[in-house]
Parts: sequence; structure tokens; C-alpha cells
Amino acid sequence: MATDQMLARRKLLNVAGAALAALSLATAPALARDTVKIAFIGPLTGGNSATGLGGRNSASLAVDLHNAKPDAKYTYELVPFDDECKPNVGVQVATKAASDKSIIAGITHYCSAVAIATVDTYNRFGLPVVVWGAVLPEITYGNDYKEIHRVNGTMINEGKMAAEFLTKQGFKTFVVIHDTTDYGKGQNKYFAENLKPQGGEILATFPVPPDQQDFTAELTKVKELKPDVVFIGGLTPLGVRVRSQMDRLGIPAQLAGVSGIMSAGFIEGAGPAAEGTVSFHNGAPLTKYADGKAFMDAYAKAGYREDPDAYGPFAFSAANLIMDAIEKAGPDRKKVRDILNTTKGYKALVGEINFDDHRQNIVSANVYVSQDGKWVYWPDSAYATGTKKLPGKAASN
Amino acid sequence: MDPGLLAQYLFNGLMLGTIYAIVAVGFSLFFGVLDVIKFSHGDVVTVGAFSAFGAAGLMAALATLSGPLALAVGLIAALGAGALSGVIIGRLLVLPLKNAPGVNVLLATLMAGTVLREAIRLGVPNGGNPKPFPALLPEGVLKAGSFSVGIDSVIILLAGLAVVLATHLVITRTRLGLSIRAVAQDEEVAQLAGVSFNRTVLGTFALGSMLAGLAGLMLGLYYREINFNMGVMLGIIGFACAVVGGLGSLIGPIIGGFLFAGVQTLVTVVLPFTSAYKDVVAFAVIIALIGLFPTGLIAEKSSERV
Repeated sequence: MATDQMLARRKLLNVAGAALAALSLATAPALARDTVKIAFIGPLTGGNSATGLGGRNSASLAVDLHNAKPDAKYTYELVPFDDECKPNVGVQVATKAASDKSIIAGITHYCSAVAIATVDTYNRFGLPVVVWGAVLPEITYGNDYKEIHRVNGTMINEGKMAAEFLTKQGFKTFVVIHDTTDYGKGQNKYFAENLKPQGGEILATFPVPPDQQDFTAELTKVKELKPDVVFIGGLTPLGVRVRSQMDRLGIPAQLAGVSGIMSAGFIEGAGPAAEGTVSFHNGAPLTKYADGKAFMDAYAKAGYREDPDAYGPFAFSAANLIMDAIEKAGPDRKKVRDILNTTKGYKALVGEINFDDHRQNIVSANVYVSQDGKWVYWPDSAYATGTKKLPGKAASN
Repeated sequence: MDPGLLAQYLFNGLMLGTIYAIVAVGFSLFFGVLDVIKFSHGDVVTVGAFSAFGAAGLMAALATLSGPLALAVGLIAALGAGALSGVIIGRLLVLPLKNAPGVNVLLATLMAGTVLREAIRLGVPNGGNPKPFPALLPEGVLKAGSFSVGIDSVIILLAGLAVVLATHLVITRTRLGLSIRAVAQDEEVAQLAGVSFNRTVLGTFALGSMLAGLAGLMLGLYYREINFNMGVMLGIIGFACAVVGGLGSLIGPIIGGFLFAGVQTLVTVVLPFTSAYKDVVAFAVIIALIGLFPTGLIAEKSSERV
């Protein structure tokens, strides 16, 4: 309901923005620009909606900014779809978007389980898409579909970074709790693979359904095993539940999780218990990007209710990448796809975008820690300077 | 195994079992008095949780309430909303279909459950998202060696057990309980003896649904998070517990609830890597038990199964 209203309001804002842009253009020779539609698909409701709405707002901001450019050839319209982070819903909305011939390209999916389920659909309908948040490697590497691109990194980078970082911090024993979707299983695989060479030991692995509510049985087992770190391979709801139930059972271990838990929703849901949780994400903080401040200012000025969240900058970059391709090739899916395919050295908010032969952007992962109710870039945190101690370390001393 | 950890497992199992038992007792009450299965029961749990959430949130916004007072408001809201939805479902769906085949009531209430669920999802602002439930109980952790429980968990557990006991007393010691038992045994004779049938049925629905509302509040307090589809699985588990324990009896569903929770906990303890399959194992045990004891572990005394 609220989302609908917001969408309506956003649409109104878009119209108002377009009207303003038109007014400001009135002095220039007024040319009627064709409207080109781009789809945005992500979780707009459900436990992962904080990330989804942040991505939607960021993409919508990119569109508004682009429309305000006087030399743009087309007026762009963002059509948002809600995949609810569910593969079956995702395939439905993907089909809806892909079969709509007026939609030229898509900025698609945060949830890996949804993104992997929809690649065939985009290929079949020939809709070029740029994935803005899902990290499962197979989305790009598991097929050779020319339609699928990705601006964010994969969980291979994340798992490697997690294993290296945590062992370097002196943690030796680990318990993994991961959900049984492709996302959780993949995260578990890449973390475990990279942990062994680093000398870390996994004491137990708990595969759990993504909507499981009660973790007391698993966590009591964890308590018995006394690991240094509990590693989460799952999304925000799983992270929140495990984090708060760890407290209840008095488990002193360090909590670390993949980028799936790195959201405002995690900090809100887990409350003070979130403090000191470590996460790994393939984006750097906005302030580290050359245009980060400009993005934040524009975002604040646009007055969105939700934060851009961890993947907003990627959605923003994906939107710009697509619009620039359409500017070059015109509103033609095939031509846009070919231009996207050959992206090299494209200057985006999240840094240079270079697609490899599987149309996967090459990026490295970063470490973050939850500090005073925010996710803080590790090198900038009080934990890195030593003024604060990670909860897992404080307990072992 | 370390006795502290053993106690921890036991406590976890008891906690889950209490919640399952409270839900299962509701199923059993409805079946006992009217031989119907009310499948919206799980969603009434959700209604209870959201009512308590809304009431506590609203009161907190209007005035700063102390913990116990906010809790009382939440409790009244959960019980009230539960009872109200139970009476409405009973009045509008169950009583009119009294002479229809039982499967009609089952279907009608199943759909009523979907209506309740979707109403919450669409009617509550951002209802599709999980909501952090306020911590209304005193914080703090009790520790003894490797055993540690939150004070709030202990309160919830004790309250749950007290409620189960109170329900037993209502059924065995009060006028309403007497008429419930009378109608359950023989509806016509009960009416001849001056027991109002409709009032007894609605009373049963109010009682059972109040339990569901309470279970919703307890879940919210325990997990500190509620969402619109939390009742679906719980309803199925509660129903399974009631069937395996013996639909129509009071002690049967309680045993069923603890049994189910016990199996779930045991699976995770003994074989950690099968943790994802704990529901599969628990339901398989239920199927086996239903095969062995078709009328439930504790059969209804006046068995008139068709």
C-alpha cells in the first residue's frame, strides 16, 4: 500500500521533474524527445526491501539526473517491479518486463536466487539487463547469455576476502550458518574453499531454510563447539535472527556475514547487538568514490525516504551505463546489448567498469564493520585503530 | 554432554513446545465441541501478534508507558483481537456451515486465514516487511555455568505453562467449560438440558482464539520480530500436534506440541548437518505416529469417529 503510494508520488515527482526540465529547456529550441523505458527489478517488499528500495531510489535518481541534461537524446522512464526476493515472483515480473517491447533494458535483481532463476527469461526475450546487486557467480559465469551483465562483484571475491581478513584477525575456528538457497550455498562454498588455505577450521556447518525463525537448537550446538566466529551465509532476516538469538544464549563468538546482511535493516533489526558485526562487500564506501559526494548530495536533495543502502551506487551506475548505451545506439535492444557487451573503462560512480568475457565487472571486496548504528569502512573504523575491540576478541581475552 | 548445555537444549525445546501446545490446544477445542477444523488458527496468531505490536506502538507514541503497562496494553490487544476474530469466524463461517460436510468448514476457514494474512500484509504500513517487536519484558540474562537464558524467556515460558493450566481449569471447573464438555459429548442432550448451543460454540471459539492471540504476543516477545506469514507454518505444526496428540482432548495436543519440539531439537543436536531437514524429520515422525495411533495418542473419551 505504502509502496504504491510512494510510487505514485514518485511518478508525480518524475512528472514534476520532467515539467521543470521542460520549462528550463523552453529557452533552447524545444525538441520533443522520445521516451524510453527501463525496468528496475528488486525486492521492494519483504525482509530485503531496505536494499531494494535503496537501489530503486538510486536508479530513479540516475534517470532524473540524466533527463535533466539538456543534450540528452531521449527522456527515460524507470519502470519499477517488485520481485519480493522470491524466484517464482521474480520470473513472473521478469517475463512481464521482458515481454514489454517498450522496455529497452533492465537493472535487475539483488537476490541471487532470483537473479539466477531469471537469466533464461532475459535471454529468451532478448532483454539486455545489468545486475545491480546479486553476487552469485553463476549468474554471469554459469551461462553464456549475451544479455546478462553485472556491475557488482561476485561472492568469489567476498568469500576470499572474508577468509583472508578473519584469519588475519587471529580467528581460528568457525561455524557457518547458511541458507539453503543458491545464494547461501554458494557463499558457504566460496568461504569454505578459501578458508582452508588460510589455516582456518570449520567446526560445523548448518544449512537452514531461509525463513527459519528459531535458531536456538543450532546455536546451542554452536555454544557447545565454542567457535571464534559465527559466519552467516544468508540475507538480512537470517542475520538479524541469529544475531539476536546468539545474545539470548550468551554466545560470545564474533559474528561475520556476507554482504547479504550488510543493510540498514540488519542494524535496525538486531539493535545494539549489531555492534561489531563484520561484513564483506564488493563496493567501497561512497566517500571513497570520486563522485561519491555529488551522488550523496543529489540523493539527499531528491528527498528519498530510504537510504541508498549498500547497493544503491551500483544500481545508479547500472542505470547510467544503460542510458549511455541507449544514447549511443538508440532504443534497440540488440544494439544496446552489443554496446553493453563491449564496456571497457566506463567511468561510473562505483569506479571504472570493465566487463570480462562473461560480461562481469572486475572488482575487489572491502571489509565493513557495524559501529554505532552504521556500517563503517573497516580502515576508517574505531576497530581498526584499536580504540574498540571486536566482540569476538574481547571475549577470548 | 555438559549438563549446562543439556539444560539449554531442554529449555529451548520446552519453549518451542509451549508455543506449539498453546496453538494445538485451540485446534483441539474447536474439534472437540463442533467436530470442525478451523484452519485460520495460525493466522489468528499473527493477528494477535500484530494487534499487540500496534497497540503497544500506538500507546508508546501517545504517552511514555512503563514496561509492564505497555505489556498489559499489548496483552489486552492480543487477547481481544484473537477472541474477536475467533467469534467472527465462528459466527460467519462455522455456525452457518454446521450441517455441511466438515471439509467445507475446513476450506472456508483456510481461506479466511488467507484473508487475515493478506489484510495484514496490505493494511499494515509496510506490512510485507518483518517488524521489530518492542522488548516489553525485563532484559537481562540468567547464567549458570554454560547454561544461560534471558529473563524474558523464563517469564514467557512460565506464562505459557500457566495459560495451558488455566485453560485446563476453565474446561474442568467453570460453567463455560461444563457446557463445552456437554456440547462436545452430545449436542442435543446438552440443549435439552438448557445449554445454549450457539453461545457455547462461540465461547469455545473465543477461548481458543484468545490462546492463539496470546501465542502471537509470546512469539513477538520471544523472537523480537513478527511478520505477516509467521502463522502459516505454526498453524500447520499446531494442527499436526493436535492430531497426533488426539483431537478433542486437552492433554493430547500438549503432549503433541512438546513431542514435535523435542524431535526438532533432537535432530539438530544429534546430526547438525541435517539441520535443514528438521521439519522433514519432525513431520515424518508425526506421520508415523498417526499411522500407529489413528485417533491420537490420547483418544477422545466418547469416540464417535466416522
